[in-house]
Amino acid sequence: MTVIGWIQIILFCAIVVALVKPLGWYMTRVFNGERTFLSPVMRPVERGVYWVGGVDERREQHWLTYTVAMLLFHVGGFALIYGLMRLQAVLPFNPAGQTAVAEDLSFNTAISFITNTNWQNYGGESTLSYLVQMLGLTHQNFLSAATGIALAMALIRGFTRSSMRTVGNFWVDVTRCTLYVLLPICIVYALFLVWQGMPQTLGAYVDATTLEGGKQTIALGPVASQVAIKMLGTNGGGFFNANAAHPFENPTALSNLVQMISIFALGAALTNVFGRMVGNERQGWAILAVMGILLVAGVTVTYWAEANGTSALQALGLTGGNMEGKEVRFGIVASSLFAVVTTAASCGAVNAMHDSFTALGGMIPLINMQLGEVIIGGVGAGFYGMLLFVVLAIFVAGLMVGRTPEYVGKKIEAREVKMAMLAILVLPLMYLGWTAVGVVLPSAVASMANAGPHGFTEVLYAFTSATGNNGSAFAGLTGNTLFYNLTLASAMFVGRFFMIVPAMAIAGSLVEKKSIPASAGTFPTTGGLFVGLVIGVILIIGGLTFFPALALGPIVEHLAMNANTLF
Amino acid sequence: MLREIRPAILVLVLLTAITGLAYPLAMTAIAGVIFPKQAQGSLIEKDGKVIGSALIGQEFKEDKYFHGRPSATVAPDPNDASKTVPAPYNAANSGGSNLGPTSKALNDRVKEDVEKLKAENPTASVPVDLVTTSASGLDPDISPDAALFQVPRVAKARSMSEDAVRELVTQNTQGRFAGIVGEPRVNVLALNLALDAAKAK
Repeated sequence: MTVIGWIQIILFCAIVVALVKPLGWYMTRVFNGERTFLSPVMRPVERGVYWVGGVDERREQHWLTYTVAMLLFHVGGFALIYGLMRLQAVLPFNPAGQTAVAEDLSFNTAISFITNTNWQNYGGESTLSYLVQMLGLTHQNFLSAATGIALAMALIRGFTRSSMRTVGNFWVDVTRCTLYVLLPICIVYALFLVWQGMPQTLGAYVDATTLEGGKQTIALGPVASQVAIKMLGTNGGGFFNANAAHPFENPTALSNLVQMISIFALGAALTNVFGRMVGNERQGWAILAVMGILLVAGVTVTYWAEANGTSALQALGLTGGNMEGKEVRFGIVASSLFAVVTTAASCGAVNAMHDSFTALGGMIPLINMQLGEVIIGGVGAGFYGMLLFVVLAIFVAGLMVGRTPEYVGKKIEAREVKMAMLAILVLPLMYLGWTAVGVVLPSAVASMANAGPHGFTEVLYAFTSATGNNGSAFAGLTGNTLFYNLTLASAMFVGRFFMIVPAMAIAGSLVEKKSIPASAGTFPTTGGLFVGLVIGVILIIGGLTFFPALALGPIVEHLAMNANTLF
Repeated sequence: MLREIRPAILVLVLLTAITGLAYPLAMTAIAGVIFPKQAQGSLIEKDGKVIGSALIGQEFKEDKYFHGRPSATVAPDPNDASKTVPAPYNAANSGGSNLGPTSKALNDRVKEDVEKLKAENPTASVPVDLVTTSASGLDPDISPDAALFQVPRVAKARSMSEDAVRELVTQNTQGRFAGIVGEPRVNVLALNLALDAAKAK
């Protein structure tokens, strides 16, 4: 670890924190339906969408209707991606002549993108046409992100509204999020990325004759427009196979810094939106503090582990840390920070190969995802995930003092706690359950790239990432098999929607309750005690659930590495 | 609930057209005008032929050129499409080795590379980036240490003085952005082009 390394980490954190208030202010205006500086341009487009879609923007929805609208929207998105992938060979914008994608891979990818996971069983430049990249993947990057934010808004309204039945209008929330937040930022952002060196072309792959006379085919495409939303919307699905490690998908150290910031920007700002909407910004800062403490702890471990390197490298006299699977322009620190950030959020883009990280360095990304990706988290998804933990923490606090727990003016009762527990328990069922199958079934075992405990970690990481809708991978695992395409798709589906529906049920139950003013007996939720309590609940629930699995994977591998055992 | 079906189809179609077609196509048009070179992939031409991209590493094996990092990229086996064969710096199929910290295969390969490099330059210590594969397999850069390590070999192969070659390395070393962000690096293709140009003089 170096001083300049830590300065880079602090710089990153400072910029993210500085963005929280302005972005939070702007997003609050957007979701309250107020006028913004973009209204002259976007309002006519917005009205057009409602007019064609038959949406009455003043008609609000009950939580069930809101949820059904969201689900129907995803059925359409699924059909669109699946159809495009199967038919890409006969559709335009296919200069590389990609053939139809197989049924199981198309199914997996379609589920992957509608759930904001963006798991890459596909190879990007070697599998998909430009049309699929744009019309299939880029569009769903926008809409799955907008959906996540819309759902977070519905849950926030559950807290802020008193004795009502509706939580907002799904179509309005999604449309406004896309037109006023995501699209304008992406337009500026994509141009910045092109300036840094990212291609944005519909031209065919280029054949180059190298300096030594070899032949090199260079894959190109409309990269920047997709990468902008891929990061901003915490999607993470790469245009290229190597994702943000590819020099075209992350050309410079500066583009890398901005990409990391854009992963966190909207998710961090949502805590401020929450604070503003409940009428006390300190409620938002308290939640951000919980996230920040967990993040810094994770970064410290991974950076330390990667800078130390592996004992095999050290034995050969190689210093400078574990550079296997990392790029020189990012080095140890920016690769470690990116890995923690991308898994703290549900982004899943990678600028280094997590599979080649040291055992402990790679364990932190795994833990981040197993905690439910509540450290900033996916846009929207991370925030409602965190609120589920807050509900539990408040419940625990209430038990300790013997009062009915309340949070920002709403009583937290049996129904909310049951729903929060359901959402939190269904995740380990998916990733632990499928991992158990994956390490026993011979056809699944054959997919492991590494032997020993590292192979087990590959499988655990895959199902954890899928369930958490992250999408990063220990990419040595051969995921494009029938078994993994189907099981990972089921994990992604359950991980997304079995979290959303209980969260929406909580929103629906809260919105009907009366707001009660804080009294002397109300547990304060803006102070250090609350922050500590939430962190405690997250770590205890998380630790009890997955510590045994970690012991079989990264922990035993770390011990083996120190004993110079190779597999 | 039934009345949500119409927006589910039409809002989807409209937002898809905006974000999936209008947006990327507009960005392609604008980027092509403002940043035409980058938008096309930062291609480098020599005598009218494309010799590569400034951002994409390529394979160098000859002694007279600086070498990049080992690359783990593969290509489909021409004899059996279900298998792959090593194809270093395959810019149509990026990827890393994905070998873990306790991998015997990784350790054996690194050990072999270290021995080769030690034989080439016994006095200097081997820089770690020169014996580890990059994440993309297309890393265009090496660390300044990794470039300086190769100076004696390149100077000998080109019958140049080591100082002259070292001077070129220094000229082609890029620092951190604003002195803070990223790592110092040397673009291997740019350095090798500079070497060829120096010889031509």
